[in-house]
Amino acid sequence: MLIPAVVLVTIFSYGSMAGVVIAFQKFVPAKGMFGHQQWVGFQNFHTLFSMPNIGAVIRNTVIIAVSKMIAGIIVPVAFALLLNEVRNVFTKRFFQTLVYLPHFLSWVILSGILINLLSPSAGFVNILLTKLGIEPVYFLGDPDVFPVTMVITDIWKAFGFGSVIYLASLTGINPALYEAAVIDGANRWKQTLHITLPGISSMIVLMTVLGLANILNGGFDQIYNMYSPVVYSTGDILDTFVFRLGIEQAQYSLSTAAGLFKSGVSMIFIIISYLLADKFTGYRVF
Amino acid sequence: MTIRTSLSRKIFLVCNTVFLLVVAFACIAPFINLLAVSFSDKVAVEAGEVTFFPVGFTTVSYEFIMNTSKFVVSLLVSLQRAAIGVPLNLLLIILTAYPLSKSTADFRARSIFSWFFVVTILFNAGLIPTYMVVKTTGLIDSIWSLVLPGALPVFSMLVVMNYMRSLPKELLEAAYVDGAGHVQTLIRVVLPVSLPTIATVALFSVVEHWNSWFDGMIYMNRIENYPLQTYLQTVVVNPQEFMRNNTDLSGNLSKYLSMVSARTTGAAQMFLAMIPILCIYPYLQKYFTTGLVMGSVKE
Repeated sequence: MLIPAVVLVTIFSYGSMAGVVIAFQKFVPAKGMFGHQQWVGFQNFHTLFSMPNIGAVIRNTVIIAVSKMIAGIIVPVAFALLLNEVRNVFTKRFFQTLVYLPHFLSWVILSGILINLLSPSAGFVNILLTKLGIEPVYFLGDPDVFPVTMVITDIWKAFGFGSVIYLASLTGINPALYEAAVIDGANRWKQTLHITLPGISSMIVLMTVLGLANILNGGFDQIYNMYSPVVYSTGDILDTFVFRLGIEQAQYSLSTAAGLFKSGVSMIFIIISYLLADKFTGYRVF
Repeated sequence: MTIRTSLSRKIFLVCNTVFLLVVAFACIAPFINLLAVSFSDKVAVEAGEVTFFPVGFTTVSYEFIMNTSKFVVSLLVSLQRAAIGVPLNLLLIILTAYPLSKSTADFRARSIFSWFFVVTILFNAGLIPTYMVVKTTGLIDSIWSLVLPGALPVFSMLVVMNYMRSLPKELLEAAYVDGAGHVQTLIRVVLPVSLPTIATVALFSVVEHWNSWFDGMIYMNRIENYPLQTYLQTVVVNPQEFMRNNTDLSGNLSKYLSMVSARTTGAAQMFLAMIPILCIYPYLQKYFTTGLVMGSVKE
């Protein structure tokens, strides 16, 4: 039964893993992937790390990814707590269904919509800002604003879906705890502080720890579809850098070296995060 | 026992509901705006007059897409991709998850194979080597380049595997006593009770195939082979190019070009591409909480 999957995974996953040797070669595509290439050791890495903008790229990647991670925990938890206060099941379901729609649409469609909405001249958001007496903001064209736009739009896409998990664990809290708290004279705020938050804390820790693995994932789909050369200084991340280097400039070896660097660091973070998840919450993949 | 409702509590509830309404509105407003733009007159859109209702209602953008662009061609590519990809994903998930759900005593090489698949999540080879493999296997410009490299979604497989593992042992033993082999047990016993989880991963697989655009862009050289999202991506990123290319392709365009703009036709195409997701996403919520949360987090 395992044969079909093993064969396909061997070809496409392990085959490409073998292909990372390109990073140590002076790769000439005409000779083929496993052809007789010239080995250059770590020269590609050396070239890569002496590129003038590599520092900015790594910094952008980490800044954007970490901001997304922090906001991606606070916002869904806050939303789940507020939604949990709504007692009417129908209303609750109604809100929930609306907010997680963006999660299921691709960044291609969402960025198409957002580019129109955020346009400085005819975009809906800026027309609104102008009416309120605020100067139009170049959300996608100003290097200072671009990373903020990326974080906000990413949260806009993901928070509804993220809150589903927290809502599920909120329903698992024993109602007797709340009754006891009311008898002890706790108001809603104190109940939230002393029962609800501790009740979902293990889920929060788990999601945080698993989020660690994405430390070098700034979100290729999102940024590639919305950035432009104007914002490269703050918006260029490792994935978009690898793509431009590899596909647009045909620097196969350099691009693979950059990709390998990213995969290596990511793998370390994934392993650390799974070890932490196991230690703090007992989460195991299998 | 009833919770006493104080005045401050009432004020909070009203504010909370208003706040949630605003948030929910912010999540869907862009889509209402998109729909309005797609049905609006070009001039009104360029002037920024369209908010949530079409101004100068017209369906000319949709006519333009249907008659002249490659939209329909790429839609067919996407449908073909989903029709091959989703069943293939499910078949491989089931075939892999069932043996791996056995205990190490029943299937000794289990952990070797588990790690074999999990390593592919941990380590990603990166863009160029993956591209080179697809090129070496001769799949460039073929629909198979879109479905074969991701034929086994390992994460979904782990979810199904964990679910199958949680099934009561007695159920499987009963089937074994009745003389069922592995294939029979899988088809007659395990699959029927695993349906909710399989439905979950099936829905995720549909969404995944429908939303993918990047592989289409790098593996397909000719625009006729682009799946819908890849095609849209070229339209979104470079609408002027799109309008220019279209004028070269067909004769009956002049009558449309005075009436449509890149923004209205773009909106119409994006809305059409959203429809399949709009149809299935209400089901995703139901299955997600029961299927995925149960399957992935062990008690």
